[in-house]
Amino acid sequence: MATMGAMATDPLEMLLREAFPDAAELRVEDRTGGGDHFQVIVTSPRFDGLSLVDQHKLVYAALERPLADGTIHELRIKTRGMQKERGTT
Amino acid sequence: MNEELRARIKTVIDTEPVSLFMKGTPTFVMCGNSERALKALRGAGAPVTAVDILPDPEIRQELSSLSGWPTIPQVFIKGELIGGADIVQELAANGDLERKLTEALGEDYRERAEDRVVSVLVPA
Repeated sequence: MATMGAMATDPLEMLLREAFPDAAELRVEDRTGGGDHFQVIVTSPRFDGLSLVDQHKLVYAALERPLADGTIHELRIKTRGMQKERGTT
Repeated sequence: MNEELRARIKTVIDTEPVSLFMKGTPTFVMCGNSERALKALRGAGAPVTAVDILPDPEIRQELSSLSGWPTIPQVFIKGELIGGADIVQELAANGDLERKLTEALGEDYRERAEDRVVSVLVPA
């Protein structure tokens, strides 16, 4: 079940692990099973103090290659810092 | 690089209260993510100025090189990049979007909430 999806997510997860080695949570989901619509969830101390725009830009930078070569057709991103969330940026 | 196109995009970003660069138009949305961003903005009562990026691939190239954001849609409030569909949805859900709109546009921003569509295409 979802074998193909799992294989498609592996290279992306590797790229993200390299970029966020200290991530407390790191997941890549194949949203449609087609191997090109992904949702990534990253919780990392690297996001602390950054705006959501800058947090997502770090994820985009980590996945620059698969985004550029069309491996990723659609990407949903959810990022969290490690500090207890307080108020807004 | 297309200087004139870039200047037109920059003018929209800097002068429109809320700009949404999307695939399609609000009446004919061509992508689920653009739809999500539009709905979130509407839910917050934002005055949305939409720009369809589909008519010319150069629009997207120049936009992304200006904003440093690789994907569509892109939402700006008074010149500031707010983010793509995920961020705008998240900000709408936790109330930050309304706070940002009030901060940038004033308490009465909803009263001026009128959707507009503008083109950045350079006339031939």
